[in-house]
Amino acid sequence: MPLTIADLKKGQRAVIIDSSSEDIPLKLLEMGCLPGNIVELLQVAPFHDPMYLNINDSYLSIRKETAALIIIEKVNE
Amino acid sequence: MSKQINVALIGNPNTGKTSVFNALTGLNQKVGNYPGITVDKKEGICKLSRGVKAHVLDLPGTYSLNASSLDENVVIELLLNKNDKDFPDVAVIVSDVENLKRNLLLFTQIKDLKIPTILVVNMADRMSRKGISLNIELLEQELKTKIALVSTRKNEGIQELKTLIENYKNLSIEPCLDTSTIDSEYFANLKKAFPNQDLYKLWVVISQDANFGKIDRNELDFSKFKTKTKSELKRLQQKETIKRYQFINNTLKEGQTIDKSKATDLRTKFDKILTHKVWGYLIFFVILLTIFQVIYDWATVPMDFIDSSFASLADWIKMTFPEGGKFTNLIAEGVVAGIGGIVIFIPQIAFLFLFIAVLEESGYMSRVVFLMDRIMRRFGLSGKSVVPLISGTACAIPAIMATRNIENWKERLITILVTPFTTCSARLPVYLIIIALVIPEGRFLGLSYQALTLMLLYMVGFGMAIFSAYVLDKILQTNRKTFFVVEMPNYKLPLLKNVALTVLEKTKTFVFEAGKIILAISIVLWILASYGPGKDFNNAETIVEETYPELQGEQLDNKVAAYKLEHSFIGIVGKSIEPAIRPLGYDWKIGIGIVTSFAAREVFVGTLATIYSVGSALDDDDKTIKNRMANEVHDNGNKVFTLASGISLLLFYAFAMQCMSTLAIVKRETNTWKWPMIQLFGMSFIAYVIALIAFQILN
Repeated sequence: MPLTIADLKKGQRAVIIDSSSEDIPLKLLEMGCLPGNIVELLQVAPFHDPMYLNINDSYLSIRKETAALIIIEKVNE
Repeated sequence: MSKQINVALIGNPNTGKTSVFNALTGLNQKVGNYPGITVDKKEGICKLSRGVKAHVLDLPGTYSLNASSLDENVVIELLLNKNDKDFPDVAVIVSDVENLKRNLLLFTQIKDLKIPTILVVNMADRMSRKGISLNIELLEQELKTKIALVSTRKNEGIQELKTLIENYKNLSIEPCLDTSTIDSEYFANLKKAFPNQDLYKLWVVISQDANFGKIDRNELDFSKFKTKTKSELKRLQQKETIKRYQFINNTLKEGQTIDKSKATDLRTKFDKILTHKVWGYLIFFVILLTIFQVIYDWATVPMDFIDSSFASLADWIKMTFPEGGKFTNLIAEGVVAGIGGIVIFIPQIAFLFLFIAVLEESGYMSRVVFLMDRIMRRFGLSGKSVVPLISGTACAIPAIMATRNIENWKERLITILVTPFTTCSARLPVYLIIIALVIPEGRFLGLSYQALTLMLLYMVGFGMAIFSAYVLDKILQTNRKTFFVVEMPNYKLPLLKNVALTVLEKTKTFVFEAGKIILAISIVLWILASYGPGKDFNNAETIVEETYPELQGEQLDNKVAAYKLEHSFIGIVGKSIEPAIRPLGYDWKIGIGIVTSFAAREVFVGTLATIYSVGSALDDDDKTIKNRMANEVHDNGNKVFTLASGISLLLFYAFAMQCMSTLAIVKRETNTWKWPMIQLFGMSFIAYVIALIAFQILN
């Protein structure tokens, strides 16, 4: 199983590797959820859902099920 | 001859587009509707220089030209249709200095449409605080545009923007980049098939499911053209987005420097508390509680004043104008009482819209969406349903319109269906007067019993909305994918001008829209109450004198008036439905109120005002509607408004679907009469049953 945004812990950062799943809304891509961009998990609501992210300097929240479609690679800090 | 330049304001949500609009047009603006749909159409006039004016259209916020909602469709439809009378001579793209990267995506798309375009970088006063600096010259060159640095907060840059608009003819209409390279072969074929059409326009239309009214696919006959499958198209859209971002990133790499060390970050500090798993919810609850306490406490002073002023006015009219004249009575008892019944809501409605506007403007509303999504989803709703449900406390009509940004149809439909359960401002006057009548004064933990009752009623409405959503979620079957992307804007101090204009606009709409109906109904009611068929009505004096020979003077007058009312047209209607509402604790006068309330709830108070001022002579201590209602008795001498009948009436109004305008909006938004009819009968049935149970237990 590849790592996805849903696996991030609060405060962690990662690089988006793949966001081409058909179930990811185009709007999310337009907000900068594209391969190569940095994603940081800022805050989570109870049950880790929804997730409040900073993607490519866009601040947005998405549901965990969508987050689980976006494949990432952790960055070493 | 004055010349008007058509300007369209376009931009992402939360970029302060409306502030720019307000700065350009001031009070010269009006809100209307786009024909056929209910998206607000905000337009205004801006004076540029001597003899030159601009017609400014504030288009709904959109992230791109790929529409995912009705609001966004409006933008695309206008920009693709050169024959539209509002088609812009110049497009003004409003962007937020803190998120230029994302804002520029839409900008590059608009540029592809070859419309003269100005880029407004708004909130420029934040630049130094965020450590951002821009190389304007370089950006203008790369983006092939003119840039206006604007701060609506400090009122800077507006004049420069006006000058740019006036000289729009000098603007370049060259696109920033060539997107057709994402699939050269496909675009070449497209060009070959439709040589007379703009290539990018073709792509926007062909790549989307949405229906663009006038620009439908039939006009551009795609049947002969071998297009791609849905998923191939989506892949291409993704490629296009990546390509645009590559261009934007390259441009900003040179044109923008951000020194993060200089940035002060309020967002993180506030979010730590406001979206906290415990504090976040607690603060939200406290905010709600405060709003209700304030609406109740602060608004009572102006409301009492309005109430007594209208009573004196009615009195004065009766004293000054020809005594006993029918017309004088119509004015005093019908029109003045009716108008008074509307004006009295103004303080509370204004306060409510004030709070909602502040919460929206400050960026806090998105945090509420974030906090509530998981909980709301359990009931088949979305976090985004919270905004309609909260707006529903002002009015269900804008609230139902606000469901448009819920992308999932089932979640949206359920939100539309349950929103009318939330306590709208039209219920407020009914609640207030009945609470004042039946709930004792006194305080609990510093909060008055009456305020607590009101809060409880709001919670009952909200609870019912949630509960019915849960039931509907189980009944309705759809298998659409969920889709939830919420932008979390930065916290901002709300601009006084924006808040004031919103409050003014919404209150005005409410007063005039509701006012028309209420005034008309008041007059009809007065007529129905002042005339009646047959002997009973016309010979009231003689009959009463014969039946009660001991009565004299004022008492006699009152009895006659009451007897007349009972046998008037409206009395007959009320009497005929009395058997159905008796078990709920109501008499025929309340019955009339309920019947007329199906036009609009707020009519109730006006109706009772009309009925009671027709039904009794004006005594000094008996002037206000409240006093008259408090003194109202059944035939057996028991008070009409007791705790039991009061609570029953409150619950009836909490649940019944009594608003023609809401039904009309639901019909428009769902495109069928099925859902509004389900609301009308379902909600009213629930209301009847619950009011019945409440009265029977309490009595």
